[in-house]
Amino acid sequence: MGVIQVLEPGLFTTVQDLGREGFGPMGVSASGAADKISLRMGNRLLANNQGAPGLEMTLLGGTFAFPDGAVLALAGSDFGATLEERPIELWRAQVAKPKQVLRLGPTRSGARCYLCVQGGIEVEPFLGSASTHILSGLGGHEGRALRKGDELKIGTRYVKGLAPWSASMPDREWALSPRTMEVLEPRKVIRVTDGPQSGWFSEGAKKVFYESAYRVAEDSNRMGIRLQGAAISTPAGGEMISEGVALGAIQVPEGGQPIILFVEQQTTGGYPKIANVISADFHRLGQLRPRDEIRFQQVEPLGARSMLAFQEMVLENDLRDRRSLENEKRFLKR
Amino acid sequence: MAMTGRSARFQFASDHSLLVYFDSLPKEDRSPNRVGTSSARSRESQITREANEQVRRLLELLQQAPVEGVCNLHPAYCSLLVKFDPLKLRHEELEEVLRKYLDRLPEVELPEPRLVEIPVCYGGEFGPDLPDVCALCGMTMAQVIELHSSREYFVYFLGFVPGFAYLGELPKELVTPRLAVPRKRVPAGSVGIAANQTGVYPFATPGGWRLLGRTPMKIFRANRKELSLLTIGDRVRFTPTDPKQFAALEKTWA
Repeated sequence: MGVIQVLEPGLFTTVQDLGREGFGPMGVSASGAADKISLRMGNRLLANNQGAPGLEMTLLGGTFAFPDGAVLALAGSDFGATLEERPIELWRAQVAKPKQVLRLGPTRSGARCYLCVQGGIEVEPFLGSASTHILSGLGGHEGRALRKGDELKIGTRYVKGLAPWSASMPDREWALSPRTMEVLEPRKVIRVTDGPQSGWFSEGAKKVFYESAYRVAEDSNRMGIRLQGAAISTPAGGEMISEGVALGAIQVPEGGQPIILFVEQQTTGGYPKIANVISADFHRLGQLRPRDEIRFQQVEPLGARSMLAFQEMVLENDLRDRRSLENEKRFLKR
Repeated sequence: MAMTGRSARFQFASDHSLLVYFDSLPKEDRSPNRVGTSSARSRESQITREANEQVRRLLELLQQAPVEGVCNLHPAYCSLLVKFDPLKLRHEELEEVLRKYLDRLPEVELPEPRLVEIPVCYGGEFGPDLPDVCALCGMTMAQVIELHSSREYFVYFLGFVPGFAYLGELPKELVTPRLAVPRKRVPAGSVGIAANQTGVYPFATPGGWRLLGRTPMKIFRANRKELSLLTIGDRVRFTPTDPKQFAALEKTWA
C-alpha cells in the first residue's frame, strides 16, 4: 500500500471528503471539501468513488513525496504544480513514480486546490466521514491541518469496482468536457435566494445588499466568509432567538457587514439572515480568496433548483475519454 | 408560508432547507404582510418549554421515521431546521409530509430525561468574569456561585459547535448581557452565562459569554460511546468544586 509523505504542508492543508450530514442534533455541522465539485471531479478522473478523501490545500500548496509511487490528479485552482520539477496539468490523471516529488506553490487562480490520489486517502473516519473539523479537532488526520513529516496512507477502498490500488494509469484516460469546465469557472456574482428573515430587512437595506460589491475579508475561513463593504442596516434589535442555520446563509450582525456561513459552520445562530447562497454556487464560495470582490444576484427558489439540477446533469454525464475529446477539439478548430 | 392548526409555522430558509417554528404569535401578526421592519420584532417566536417540547417531539419522530431526501436536522429553542436534497424533495412536498408528522406529535414518546451533574471550579483563572458578574448583579461571589449551582437546568438544544448545550433558564438575578467584545479563545470546559442562558464550551473556541468557572469534564469526545455528554432534553446541575478536586478529576477524565 502506498503513502504520501508531507515534506511541506503548505499554508493550510487538510484531509476532506464530502462531509458528514445528519449530526445537526449534536451540534456537528456537515463540513467536507470547500469546493466539493472539484474534489468529486478530481476523484472521478482517477476512477475513484467521487467522495474519496483528498487533500484540500488553501492559497499555498505543499510538497509531497510518494515513496511507492501513486496515481494522482489535481483539481480546483492552479497552484503551479510540478512533478519532479516538470509542470503538470490540472484535471488530468498523472503517474508519480516511486520516490517522485510533487511540489505546489502559491495560487494562480482561486483559493483551493485538491490533491486526489487513486484509492483515496485513508484515515479513521469520524461520524462516517474523513473530513477534518478544525475547530473541534476531530476527523481527518489527527483532527488538524497537516504538518511537515506527516505520513498519510493511500487507501484501497475508495476505488470504484474491484480495481485494486496500483501505481499505474487507469485503462482509459478521462477528461472534463468544456461544459463541466464552465461549471468550474470562477464566478464573482454569487446567486442567492431569500433567507428566512429577508422580510425583516428594509427595502433600502436590501438595495444596499444587492447593489454593492463586497470584499472577502482576510479572516475568512471554512466556518464563515466574512465580507466587507457597504453596511446593511439590520432590523431593529439586531439579534434574535437562536435557530438552525443553513449552509450558505448570509447573516447580518450589528454593524451590517455580512457573513456567509460556510462548510464548517455553526449549526445554530442568532443573527437575521438576509439571503442564502444557492446550492449550485456553494463550490464557488470555496474558491473565493481574501480580497476578492463579489456581488449578489437574487434568483427565485424554483430557478435555484433547476440550476442545481442542470449542473448535476452536466457533471453526471460529461466525463469524457481524453483522446476522443482532444480529437473533437482538433476537429472543431479546423 | 402556510400555517398549520397546531401553531407550527413553515418558513423557506434556503433552496435546501425549511424552518419549522413552534410559537404562538399574536393574531394581528398572522397576516402575510412582510413589508417594513416596525412589526419585525413582534413576529419573533418566544422561548417556551412548550414550544421546545414540540421541537423535540418532531425531532424524535423524524429520527424514528426518516423522510426520504431529508439529510439533516438542526433543532433550536422553538424551531427545527430541516435540511434536504433539493433534487429529491421540494419545499411544498416536504411541508406536506411534515404536516402529517405534526398531527402525530401528541403520541410521540420522548426519552426519559437524564440528570447530569457537572462539577465546576468557579472563579479565579477558571472564571475570569465572575468579579464583573458580581458587580453587575450586586452580589458577592459566594451568592453568584450559590445561585448558579442551585438550579436544575434544561438542555433546550445542542448547537453552535459539537456538544454545546444551550441551558436554561438562568435565575433572573444573574441575567447579564454578553461581552461587548467576544474573546478570541475561550478554554474548553469554560462555563459561561449570557442573557438567561448558561452553557459549557466543549472546545477552545471564540465566545462572547461571561465565564464563571470551568469543568474538567470532557463535554464532547470522539472515542466515547456517547460522543456528547449532554443530549437535548437532559437536565443539568452544576456542583461547585475546588481547584484541588478539579486537578484530580481532570486526571481521571483525561
